[in-house]
Amino acid sequence: MKLQEYQAKELLNRAGMPVPDGEVVTTPDEAAMAFERLDAEVAVIKAQVLTGGRGKAGGVQTVYSADEAKEAALRLLGKRLVTEQSGPDGVVVKNILVEEGLTVEKEYYVAVTIDREKALPVAIVSASGGMEIEEVSRTQPEKVFREYIEPVFGLQPYQARKLAYRMGLEHSEIAPFVDALLKLHVIFLVNELELAEVNPLVKTEDGELVALDAKITIDDNALFRQEDLQFFQDSADIDPLEARARAAGVNYIKLKGNIGCMVNGAGLAMATMDLIKACGGEPANFLDVGGGAGKEKIRAALGILVADPQVEAVLINIFGGILRCDVLAEGIAEAAKTLDINVPLVVRLEGTNREEGIEILKQAGLGITFARGMREAGEVAVSFLRSNA
Amino acid sequence: MSVLVDNNTRVIVQGITGHEGGFHAKLMLEYGTEVVGGVTPGRGGEMHAGVPVFNTVEQAVDATGADATVIFVPAQYAADAMLEAADAGIRLIVCITEGIPVHDMVMVRRAFEFNGSRLIGPNCPGLISPGACKVGIMPGYIHRPGKVGLISRSGTLAYEAVYQLTAAGIGQSTCIGIGGDPILGTSFADCLRLFEQDAQTEAVLLIGEIGGMMEEDAARLVKDGGFTKPMFSYVAGLTAPEGRRMGHAGAIISGGAGTAKSKIAALSSAGITIIKDPSAIGRTVAEKLKTD
Repeated sequence: MKLQEYQAKELLNRAGMPVPDGEVVTTPDEAAMAFERLDAEVAVIKAQVLTGGRGKAGGVQTVYSADEAKEAALRLLGKRLVTEQSGPDGVVVKNILVEEGLTVEKEYYVAVTIDREKALPVAIVSASGGMEIEEVSRTQPEKVFREYIEPVFGLQPYQARKLAYRMGLEHSEIAPFVDALLKLHVIFLVNELELAEVNPLVKTEDGELVALDAKITIDDNALFRQEDLQFFQDSADIDPLEARARAAGVNYIKLKGNIGCMVNGAGLAMATMDLIKACGGEPANFLDVGGGAGKEKIRAALGILVADPQVEAVLINIFGGILRCDVLAEGIAEAAKTLDINVPLVVRLEGTNREEGIEILKQAGLGITFARGMREAGEVAVSFLRSNA
Repeated sequence: MSVLVDNNTRVIVQGITGHEGGFHAKLMLEYGTEVVGGVTPGRGGEMHAGVPVFNTVEQAVDATGADATVIFVPAQYAADAMLEAADAGIRLIVCITEGIPVHDMVMVRRAFEFNGSRLIGPNCPGLISPGACKVGIMPGYIHRPGKVGLISRSGTLAYEAVYQLTAAGIGQSTCIGIGGDPILGTSFADCLRLFEQDAQTEAVLLIGEIGGMMEEDAARLVKDGGFTKPMFSYVAGLTAPEGRRMGHAGAIISGGAGTAKSKIAALSSAGITIIKDPSAIGRTVAEKLKTD
């Protein structure tokens, strides 16, 4: 789970890392009051959205009075912010951060994350702060420096110093930079984060290093023992159908296409999506009902698929292994009875008790079209699209 | 002769008194795997699935001579279970458990560098040498003994491929589900090195998916001459959006890296036969192996 900027800063601040004074608000009036309370000449109004490219899209605005703060909040709150990375629909701005404006002398990039290939934590730094690190890595790889972290000992001060000198920091900047990076590493470690990124870490006119923006990704799998982080749970801005799937324990991702698909297993689900595309359709979703999908999950999954107004046909692709086709078929038949399904269903069953499974679905009289292989299933589903009818 | 597991492999099940552990212990026994015991702390002395239960892996190894373990314990205890197995000198550790904290896996991987154990998984279906030994949760009956090695990050997609191979008359030497997590004990390249040395294996089918660099690393190994047998590959996730985890924790495109397209390009440039249609996996391998 990704934290909103204000949540990430709260976590940094709690661990003693300086962040700008600020307040998160949800209404224009609150934004005006927050400006007054800041007692600053200039403030920055920042849309709290979990997508990159926010600044370029107008999601960050500088204001000089409470009235301006209110106006800026009015322009942002409740609106969809469309950025380079958000997709065409953008993301709804529910919260804004009203923050003191700082005079910035320099901008750095610092992050601690896990390098999955090496299976080690790594500190990544650059003197080219403010830009996307992927962009800097691509265009100026010589400006990005890494130190791998021995998990037993943690990031050592000498490693942070090495990075600071490689970045070419001035003498007076070395100690505060080392301190900031070591703090960030502790935050990463203590909270079991996937990513702790401060970008930019700015040097203000009085020489202090302050976290001006931050991205933190929590490892959901570690939440059971991270009680302080469980508090952050509710902020995610997810699609309503995805929220419904999550509640039902179904692995579902909403996409743009017109063919809904239900599959057992993540790899097979991705393969099914690719196949739909190869047959000339567009997958409406990723949906993995899981290896041990019971009737309740199948019902929930099918309900979600038919609730998507973009779905014109549903393809069910099941490989029955330990979980037999007949058991899955019973689940589908029962679910279909209680749902109002008005799109064609294409079913491809393979594996254990395939024949029994098909018989159960035929008996249920759901008007299902059965396909023999995955390819045929994809082609039949595509043939049902309105544009092909 | 297959790789990693064969007729002589003696297996214990960590978490055997749990629902999944007990269920799959029985299925493994039915397949003919020598399951010699199980471990659940506090349940030592009981019998479960027809085999003795021990309190610690050490006790289980002392009593049974087990050299492999398959782990079904819940995610919060899985790292401890893996470390315990390695400490007891178990040669092959297979972890089925999904949802292990990534920081735990960093520690486990580091610890495994200091002992001789091999870890398969986590978040994997395990491995099988058809007709000889199954250490995992895959449906055994779809497999046939033969000469194609299979490696996959995905469980059901591997079953699908095996089913097609068997239907096309192509048996398998060993099928290894390496797991869907970002940090795994054994990589595709590790498996290829094993298959290169295995006389029974004449070709390998690699089932990849988005995320990470493991397919690219495998391609580099082939290019560098570290794997010389015929090889086939299918990679899932061409239509997967950036920045979303596609079911598996490791299946995510981030910062433009880890796309199916780049993996297919890397594998193809190493001379590996790319299979584009997932329903043509068995047919393609069979046709190619018969004409060669």
